[in-house]
Amino acid sequence: MASDQQTPGRPLGRRAIARARRREAAARGWRQFRTHRGGMAGLGILVFFTLVALLAPVLFPPETISVTQATGELLAPPSGQYWLGTDDSGRSMLALLAWGARVSLTVGIAATLISMVIGTSVGIASGHYTGFGGATLQRLTDWVLVIPFLPLAIVLATVLGGGSTLTIIVVIGVTSWAGTARLIRAQTLSVEGRPYLERSRALGSGNWHQMTRHVLPNVFPLVLTNTTLTVAIAILSETTLSFLGLGDPLRPSWGSTLDQAFSNGAVSAGAWWYIGPPGLCVVLVVLSFTMMGRALEQIVNPRLGGH
Amino acid sequence: MSLIQDVAGSGGPDPVPGPPPLSRKEKGSRGLSPGASFALRKTGAALGTLFFVLVVNFFLFRFLPGDPIGMYTRGRNVPPEQLAALRAELDRPILEQFFTYLRNPFASTIDSAQFNRPVWELVTERIWPTLLLVGTAIVLASIIGVWIGIKAGWRRGKTFDKVSTGVTLTLYSMPEFWLGMILLIVFGVGAFGLPGMFPIGGISTPGMDTSSLAGWLDVAWHMVLPVTTLTLVYLAEYALVMRSSLVDEMDEEYLTTARAKGLMDKFVRRRHAVPNALLPTITLIFLNLGFTVSGAITVETVFSWPGLGLLSYEALRGPDVALLQAIFLLFSIGVVLANLVADLLYAVIDPRVRS
Amino acid sequence: MAVLELEDVSVSYRSAEGPVPAVRGVSLSVDTGGSLGLAGESGSGKTTVTSTVLRLLPKSATVTGRVLLDGEDVLTMRWGRLRAVRWATASVVFQGAMHALNPVQRVGHQIAEPIRLHEKSVSEPTARARVGDLLEQVGLPARVAQSYPHQLSGGQKQRVMIAMALACGPRLIVADEPTTALDVMVQQQVLAVLAERVRDLGLAMVFISHDLSVLASACDELAVMYAGQVVEQGPADLVFDDAHHPYSRALGGAFPRIGDQRFRYAPSGLPGDPPFPGEAPSGCAFHPRCPVARDVCSTTDVELRPSGDRRWSSCLFAPEVGS
Repeated sequence: MASDQQTPGRPLGRRAIARARRREAAARGWRQFRTHRGGMAGLGILVFFTLVALLAPVLFPPETISVTQATGELLAPPSGQYWLGTDDSGRSMLALLAWGARVSLTVGIAATLISMVIGTSVGIASGHYTGFGGATLQRLTDWVLVIPFLPLAIVLATVLGGGSTLTIIVVIGVTSWAGTARLIRAQTLSVEGRPYLERSRALGSGNWHQMTRHVLPNVFPLVLTNTTLTVAIAILSETTLSFLGLGDPLRPSWGSTLDQAFSNGAVSAGAWWYIGPPGLCVVLVVLSFTMMGRALEQIVNPRLGGH
Repeated sequence: MSLIQDVAGSGGPDPVPGPPPLSRKEKGSRGLSPGASFALRKTGAALGTLFFVLVVNFFLFRFLPGDPIGMYTRGRNVPPEQLAALRAELDRPILEQFFTYLRNPFASTIDSAQFNRPVWELVTERIWPTLLLVGTAIVLASIIGVWIGIKAGWRRGKTFDKVSTGVTLTLYSMPEFWLGMILLIVFGVGAFGLPGMFPIGGISTPGMDTSSLAGWLDVAWHMVLPVTTLTLVYLAEYALVMRSSLVDEMDEEYLTTARAKGLMDKFVRRRHAVPNALLPTITLIFLNLGFTVSGAITVETVFSWPGLGLLSYEALRGPDVALLQAIFLLFSIGVVLANLVADLLYAVIDPRVRS
Repeated sequence: MAVLELEDVSVSYRSAEGPVPAVRGVSLSVDTGGSLGLAGESGSGKTTVTSTVLRLLPKSATVTGRVLLDGEDVLTMRWGRLRAVRWATASVVFQGAMHALNPVQRVGHQIAEPIRLHEKSVSEPTARARVGDLLEQVGLPARVAQSYPHQLSGGQKQRVMIAMALACGPRLIVADEPTTALDVMVQQQVLAVLAERVRDLGLAMVFISHDLSVLASACDELAVMYAGQVVEQGPADLVFDDAHHPYSRALGGAFPRIGDQRFRYAPSGLPGDPPFPGEAPSGCAFHPRCPVARDVCSTTDVELRPSGDRRWSSCLFAPEVGS
């Protein structure tokens, strides 16, 4: 519709038409998303945490989370000065949480990007190539899918050297793509059977052209939905790996804050303010991505309505 | 398969009163029945996965940066003759080492650096506490989770469904060890005016004879909090899976047939909808055992439960590479086998898979 | 005596935009041993009408009027009574070739299920023997009872559905597009089995299809539905050969008979689509698509009225159409 209205005077180029059509599809998706209460709530939570992450350095100068320059009492419960109390080094919990949001969100999104790039490429390629290569990729996907995530991630992190944020990102990225690959492969197979791809093949287009120009645009909505759900899992994984002591001690995430709390006896000290809030932040952010993912799922695949 | 059936069915006149295509032998490859060839295929795939695991497990650690000797023996005094043996082992050509390893992956020549004991000895004695803890949690979680899923899915959109979906989604988004710590603070240590009611860690009170009845009760007492934690986390997944599986089933026309026959609503649910929805749920529960393992590792750590999970944590903190290798292998084998069981079980309970 | 009588039955579905009428004031009746064909495009309300017979409509549907099964109003029955009537008095042949059979239960078990349910005294061996007997009645070997639905062809599944419908000796069978998903040869065979069983057992039958030629061969009486209303009714062969409503004529023309001169020249098929339920045009609902519509058709309310011997049509120009 939109492209029709824009055409008085001169005809639009093919790209402009494609762009307009894509813009229109996005607008329609957004209209549907807006009616989904859970999805909108998730978006709201995410916007809040993104703002906190961006503003952390302004709200809480770096020295507030430095172990040596902390000013607070050790393990103090919430008070007027420290709304969420302090940790065992006397740092403000609130500051730690705000800075932790930066790490958790960064790791979650970066790891998901790696995972989606691998998963989508492997998925499309294994669905597109019918010969030995495709079969091998499919086998590889099945193998990685079966291997339990956490033991594999622990082993990988040990090999790559723990204690760095980059390691965590890479480890999560390379261990979590298989589910996406399988999903995308199935969708690719169904796209491959459609007439326009037959036509494209008949006209002599190459594999690369077919995969990037025909298959990818068709699996893209699924990729988008899956991305949102993968971010949720990636953030949860980051928390777990950091809790196990694989995080960067200088850049505390919510997970490594929980590791600190656990290792330094916050549990037996009954310091609930040290343990409760970081976990709650994780739950909220993970839940927000999950709810947005479910909303997107319903838009992309209406048959799933209400699942 | 059903596609082939349809094509065969519509290809010509109905083959009645001749024999219907019931014979199972026709379709199996190489004269095997479809059931046997299915089982064979799945077992083959599982063996492939196991081989992949072995390859990863072996080569990953051989490509470690730095001196492998230092990595394996970190922080302990090794007698010179043992060190020489280790060096001789690691100096052999890598493929030769790999084949030796393949012959018996469980006979590691390198001891645990932390415990100074053969790794498999350590690992095998830690299996039982984990099986006890995780097994109990899985049984409880699948019963409660499936029940919640049925109730929510059958009355989709009603209050119970809305509340339970909200709760299960929240539980699903929760780091399991955090939930464990919260339960530990509130019910173990005691907080917000509550006294500590449950032990804060371990599998039994030191000095207690675990073979006596009192000892058993003591273990059960220690199990309450970790089992609750794991159950809550697992049941969230099971409830969500069961619910969506039942919702899928409810649009099916055979349920209308069952109603038209005069079946009461609850029998339509119990005899038709739920059994059919359970099939994919059971497989998913097995397929997601990898996720179960993650829970075991962190929750055992939080509750100092002396199983494989806590051992993983200890090995990781070392890091005790030889021990990590063994644990990774064991967990992977366990999950691969569970997957195989799931596939075979599915074939037994769902006739559609066999043919 | 009438086994089934529908008196002024209307059905509407609740929706976000208010109630949507799907069936508007339908009255029909079927006598013992009689068979009624119900024709119409998808969305004409024919399946909704028959779903009222066993009250199988979703909760969002509101039904008014009376549905008398053996003289008893189904709509006001208590649940217990309704369950007792279901399958024992009237049963349904669903589109078994599709998904009406439980995919993971043996078909023998599914055929025996209503027997065990309605005749509590029947022993297990007797029930099994009856299943085998029922299967043989529809031309299948008794051992098919051991099969799962996916092991059977479309035609075999449809026969199983028929055997299942006969299980409790009902007085009425509702056949809901029982042959639609089958190819022509199998369609004929299944149709023959169904017609033969119904005739031999002296049952009453309501047969739903969009294919007038199938209905004409299987039924004595024919009712054609459009936009939730019956627009023409009469003896099956007469309605098929000499329709008194332009819609029936178009519906018949949509399935040309090879060798019949008339179909080679008459324009078959209709322009446009049937109206969405609840958006039926004023006057005669068919007038926007009607080849012989006049101005008066859009303003005058129409209803079924006699148009000949045992025939009814709602077309304002019925006699002219017929000649």
